[in-house]
Amino acid sequence: MKNSDTGSFIVNFNLNGKDVKAEISASTLLLDLIRNTFNMKGTKPGCNEGECGACTVLINDVPVNSCLYLAANINGKTVTTIEGLSCNDGSLSAVQDSLVKNGAVQCGFCTSGMALCIKALMFEYENLVNSKLTGKKPKLTENDVKKWLEGNLCRCTGYVNIIKSALELINNVERKSG
Amino acid sequence: MTDKTVIKGGVGEAIPHDSATLHVSGEAVYTDDIREPQGCLHAYVLQSSYAHARIRKIDISECYSDGVHAVITAADIPGINDVAPVFSGDPVFAEDEVFYAGQAVLAVAATTRELARKAAHKAVIEYEELPALLNVRDAIKAQSFVGETCTMQIGDSTAGIEKAAHRLQGELEIGGQDHFYLEGQIAMATPQESGDMHCWSSTQHPSEVQHLIARVLGLSDHAVTVDVRRMGGAFGGKESQASLIACIAALLASKTGSPVKLRLDRDDDMTLTGKRHPFHAAWKVGFDEQGRIEGIEIDLAANCGMSADLSNAVVDRAMFHSDNAYYLGNARITAYRCKTNMVSHTAFRGFGGPQGLLVIENIIDEIARYLGKDPLAVRKINLYDAAGALENRCTTHYGMTVEDNILPDILARLEATGEYARRIEDIRTFNDRNRILKKGIALTPVKFGISFTLKMLNQAGALIHVYKDGSIHLNHGGTEMGQGLHTKVAQVVAAEFNVDISRVKITATSTGKVPNTSATAASSGSDLNGKAAQAAARIIKERLVDFAARHFDVEKDAIRFEKEGVRIGSQLVNFAELVSHAYENRVSLSSTGYYRTPKLHWDKEAAKGRPFFYFAYGAAISEVIIDTLTGEYNILRTDILHDVGNSLNPAIDIGQIEGGFVQGTGWLTSEELYWDEKGVLKTHAPSTYKIPTSRDIPDDFRVALFDRENQENTVYRSKAVGEPPLMLSVSVFLAIKDAIAATGKGPIVLNAPATPEEVLRAITKARSAS
Repeated sequence: MKNSDTGSFIVNFNLNGKDVKAEISASTLLLDLIRNTFNMKGTKPGCNEGECGACTVLINDVPVNSCLYLAANINGKTVTTIEGLSCNDGSLSAVQDSLVKNGAVQCGFCTSGMALCIKALMFEYENLVNSKLTGKKPKLTENDVKKWLEGNLCRCTGYVNIIKSALELINNVERKSG
Repeated sequence: MTDKTVIKGGVGEAIPHDSATLHVSGEAVYTDDIREPQGCLHAYVLQSSYAHARIRKIDISECYSDGVHAVITAADIPGINDVAPVFSGDPVFAEDEVFYAGQAVLAVAATTRELARKAAHKAVIEYEELPALLNVRDAIKAQSFVGETCTMQIGDSTAGIEKAAHRLQGELEIGGQDHFYLEGQIAMATPQESGDMHCWSSTQHPSEVQHLIARVLGLSDHAVTVDVRRMGGAFGGKESQASLIACIAALLASKTGSPVKLRLDRDDDMTLTGKRHPFHAAWKVGFDEQGRIEGIEIDLAANCGMSADLSNAVVDRAMFHSDNAYYLGNARITAYRCKTNMVSHTAFRGFGGPQGLLVIENIIDEIARYLGKDPLAVRKINLYDAAGALENRCTTHYGMTVEDNILPDILARLEATGEYARRIEDIRTFNDRNRILKKGIALTPVKFGISFTLKMLNQAGALIHVYKDGSIHLNHGGTEMGQGLHTKVAQVVAAEFNVDISRVKITATSTGKVPNTSATAASSGSDLNGKAAQAAARIIKERLVDFAARHFDVEKDAIRFEKEGVRIGSQLVNFAELVSHAYENRVSLSSTGYYRTPKLHWDKEAAKGRPFFYFAYGAAISEVIIDTLTGEYNILRTDILHDVGNSLNPAIDIGQIEGGFVQGTGWLTSEELYWDEKGVLKTHAPSTYKIPTSRDIPDDFRVALFDRENQENTVYRSKAVGEPPLMLSVSVFLAIKDAIAATGKGPIVLNAPATPEEVLRAITKARSAS
């Protein structure tokens, strides 16, 4: 839907479980839409060129650098930000809890993106586990996890505990019964 | 089962970072996340395109349009146009000349950042290009320096080298490093009544930002308040460099009367602000059959960039660490502080120490290769004596006695747990059997001096309030950049009162609460602020004890702060209850605390003294594999044994060690800064500047703490941990060199960073003679 006077659009999408709409211009970036219009500050601007991963959000469960994503393309899609990762009662989800317990957080600026990227890995892995006909879980190695996370830069931790968290979470994935 | 006599979050407990829950839920507020005041404007900085040029004309007439509130240049600064931290020569905006490509020329405040950027680029600046000095060789030729060339010496180096059975000499190029804090430089300034200014600044040094905002605005320090709750990483890059950003925001806020936020784009951040100093080293060494050093001369030339900034202290620290762990006997270390037309290089984790340390470790490696010995054997024979040894091999080239050397024990243990001897054999076998892939290994130690080398800076303050309900408000001069300082200091305070850490509220660092602070730097954060907070807590405790003794009519020594409450004679009183009684009886429940580091002295003329309270130690073994066709490599395994004294928080300390090591590895491997022939930085974003990713860390990474308390009286006998582990990465650099040495019999010339291209060059050279 386009307003021909101002050149602005209306986009409708689902943000963290809620249907929302926003008026944007053709050049509005998803990162700015989330931070400025919806005032959700957990998504971080790191490099603004799609290299550091600090601004990662999930679009239809797939990790995307929101600094390179035109908000105009979000119509009809589902966006999960770090604020949407917490449980409905405000408590920490498994990914968040694991990052805290493993000391995987120092300055915290990469953490939102990292957490969402790990969440996306879990989605992928769950799909893989449940698509298999046999009851045996497919193996995901430490190298697979490192490769999955390589688009998310961390300058503080040396990644050790982030990888440890991701591996723990993967190992806890259960095959859905039925 | 938990021990009921132990509080939650006391000293030594591996609790998570105090903000971890906020970090993972996206609720932690960084400067850019603070709710913007009404009418907040956004700023953009226009930078010089030339490394050295005269400014003929600045025409800003085209910059103004709807929404553009101010365009300012040097002419608009009401106070002094200089944000130098120590000396002078760091203008906010260039005046008649620009001295580096990327220097700030003007700034714009507008309703949006995009509008400010567009407006700034409409300015027309006429430059007359001038010759530029872009490397240390040219600077030395031109005698262009930011500080005096100085020398530290012990014994007679010339005679020592001449008399020695063997002599070697060589050179080493060492690259710089961008901090690449994930949160870029940012500040938000808001004008207050009567011309005062408030500023949220992502800075390691709020007191300096306060002072410099006052200086550029022509105000007294008391008219400016600077706050910082947390930074998204800093690593030294927000020690002196944050001032420029905060001052531009404050100047624009003052000019427009509106709040102004300046958040640098990543590319602008990387071209505007300084980095780790690139160094060039030339050395000569004489040694005996065993590889024991008998005389050594090292000339260091640091590329300091266009101004002094902190370079004098950085280069001093490089000189102080030119021995690393080794007794040099007859030594002369000289350092040139070269002034070039590049961004002013600055503090970066290690602060010159890493460059000095890499030079001597590389020399030891050269000696071992020349003698055909295991480098570890040459390292051991050159170590400073352990405390209590008979020979007097424990005086440094700056006259300080090494009293606490624990490296012999650390090396022995690491050599065993890291299976050094077996792996050397395995690697030899592997290299004999493989033509394309070659492995290498190195074990390197670290000895790092703890204290600011400028004595004055070794002081800290804290402020503690205990409220009537028994909750505790903690404030101190240190800043939180992810290193867990606030957590550690809160643990100290919890332990002093013997209360759960949940009772202690950590609050934003503010120049209004603790004045005249030093930067949170030199790894000294918990040493200084932990002691200051402990002092404040003890003052309040003493008042409570005095009160309780009177009120309950018991002897003072019958009063103890226990986990269950305060034991007062035979009765147990809840902490909050005691506090409430004390308030009702008019006892002050607020105190400052103060600490200054003892034992430090330095004679600048003689270049002798005790610049460090103590040393922190550690060692690492790294094993790498290189592909001789591409120059690419992998770190197969790293074992680290590191000394943190009695750890205040082992989880945080191990995190610092892992992170420091990986950051150091980036400096020595993938992080290449490239300036073109005009002095323009071409690697100004993560697309071209490569910090380590999750795939670049060792395949097998084992980190352990060396369990021994600090022999000096630090807070709970802990040791500083911020910087020392970065230098453990020298093991990776020398392991790569070791692998290259397996490719041919020619000379092994490897400069830092050892990018795959550099490794390939070195392999070609090594093979040239075989």
